[in-house]
Amino acid sequence: MTTAAIKAEASRISAVFEAAGAVPVEAEIMQPAEVLLDLYGEDIRGRAYVTDDPVQGEMMLRPDFTVPVVQMHMQSHASPARYTYSGPVFRKQDEDPSRAREYTQVGFEVFDGQNPAAADADVFATVQTALADAPVRAATGDIGLLKAAVAGLQTSDARKAALMRHIWRPKRFKILLDRFGGRVAVPAKRLALLANENPFADAGPEVGLRSRQEVQQRLDTLRADAAMAPISGEEIAVIEAILALSETAPHVLSALHDIAVDMPAIRRAVGRFEARLDAMSARGVDVETLPFEGSYGRTSLEYYDGFVFGFYGLKDNRPVATGGRYDALTEVLGEGRAAPAVGAVIRPDLLLEVRAC
Amino acid sequence: MLKLGVPSKGRLMEKTFQWFGQRGVTLRKSGSDREYAGAVDGIDGVELVLLSAGEIPRELAAGNIHMGVTGSDLVREKLPAWDTQVGELALMGFGGADLIIAVPQGWVDVESLDDLDAAAAAFRQKHGMRLRIATKYHRLVREFLRDEGVADYRLVDSQGATEGVVKNETAEAIADITSTGETLRANGLKILDGGLIHASQATLFRGRRRDWTDAQRATFKELLALLDV
Repeated sequence: MTTAAIKAEASRISAVFEAAGAVPVEAEIMQPAEVLLDLYGEDIRGRAYVTDDPVQGEMMLRPDFTVPVVQMHMQSHASPARYTYSGPVFRKQDEDPSRAREYTQVGFEVFDGQNPAAADADVFATVQTALADAPVRAATGDIGLLKAAVAGLQTSDARKAALMRHIWRPKRFKILLDRFGGRVAVPAKRLALLANENPFADAGPEVGLRSRQEVQQRLDTLRADAAMAPISGEEIAVIEAILALSETAPHVLSALHDIAVDMPAIRRAVGRFEARLDAMSARGVDVETLPFEGSYGRTSLEYYDGFVFGFYGLKDNRPVATGGRYDALTEVLGEGRAAPAVGAVIRPDLLLEVRAC
Repeated sequence: MLKLGVPSKGRLMEKTFQWFGQRGVTLRKSGSDREYAGAVDGIDGVELVLLSAGEIPRELAAGNIHMGVTGSDLVREKLPAWDTQVGELALMGFGGADLIIAVPQGWVDVESLDDLDAAAAAFRQKHGMRLRIATKYHRLVREFLRDEGVADYRLVDSQGATEGVVKNETAEAIADITSTGETLRANGLKILDGGLIHASQATLFRGRRRDWTDAQRATFKELLALLDV
């Protein structure tokens, strides 16, 4: 694809987003690394280019626009608001050197807390419009269902917080779930430690910033946890049932109604799911055939925490567009002030490739 | 000429010379002991290049040498998608060292990665920063912890004397190479269960053969036959 063709395609997509009421905004290419590291952790270093400014310290070439756009919005105090942007983003491609390191993203972000279902549907339908008749398949998910199920578990807040923290790391989530569910034996070493009346006898001198008091506190937490009943098999089955969902949206909805009988705590999240389907239907989306996967969106870089979706090339399965709701991100960047938000990006280069093949 | 890169000094060099010698290929330093020039007997067409072990992965990937001996840890750390850039020909059975994660012995509550992850979460909440792990193996450690789903840590660079950083409070834990664990214990550290990131040993690698001449290919084949790998 030529640069000119990609630019022309980006302009065409921008025009669709502007016609949907979005105001064009810009963001600096170099972003302070600290904010991104704080949000995404060490993993981002493996994916974004880090550089150094003598005055400002560590900087990153923007891996996406979301963070600067959210920051800009949080300072503007405008609400509701919708924005669009277009420009290059930069990602290291250590694991697959054939992928592009610099590519254009055209984005659409909606900040509107009035009617989240309508905002979700709006972003999805607008992206679908912008993709026009490209041969792509849609994928959808809803992290909000999983969060609601975790919050609804009959167990300690500490366990819920630990599970919530690892929703985006499926492997550790499963380890925790197995442990809290009593499905794995407690290691002998751990039992001995908890039974030991003087665990610090052979601990040597205290070194480093993590104090003995902190170690003691965690031992207390471990003892409290050991004394607690395991999460019931029924409740774990609910979580696993949600993660295993993989059907068209109407089938998923009826499955969710069944699951909510076993765990009433997810009813509100199921209600939101249903309202979203209605809103999408009203926007002309064919929800009857819309695929849904319970674990979709759990491994993406962004921490989407509600509706998540993507569009993929039919032949090569490449992500032409991805998006979702990120309410928690706005809360972190707004220092406590939240601004419910949903957005998506389209890659014009991939869209052109998908159309050509 | 087929260029063979070998570590330029120390035990790694001596052991490499021995390994080749046992297989009928004599490698030796030519000229004075301080010179980094070498000679090869027992086969024609092979040139010995003495290099720092740390530079051998890059030189192999760049095509400046055709074969090289270095630690398998260095290749994995320095070359992204290493197995698309170089090929492993033989594990040489020496220079063994494990890349592990170690924490203070006083952390009696931390025995596994699971514990490290939970301790990191609590540490971040209390101290307002991520738990720092000092290492020079950034790629290996980051990929390992990502695959294991450990969060709330950050890597800080430490190019030497890594065992001392916890005492100096510039990091809370370390990820480093150890062969016996003695230095770790002397510095009040213990190895985490399940924290073995890579078991390294001296390994004979080859670069990509794309640009090799027919003569180089022939010599390569002959050398492999001699070495029986």
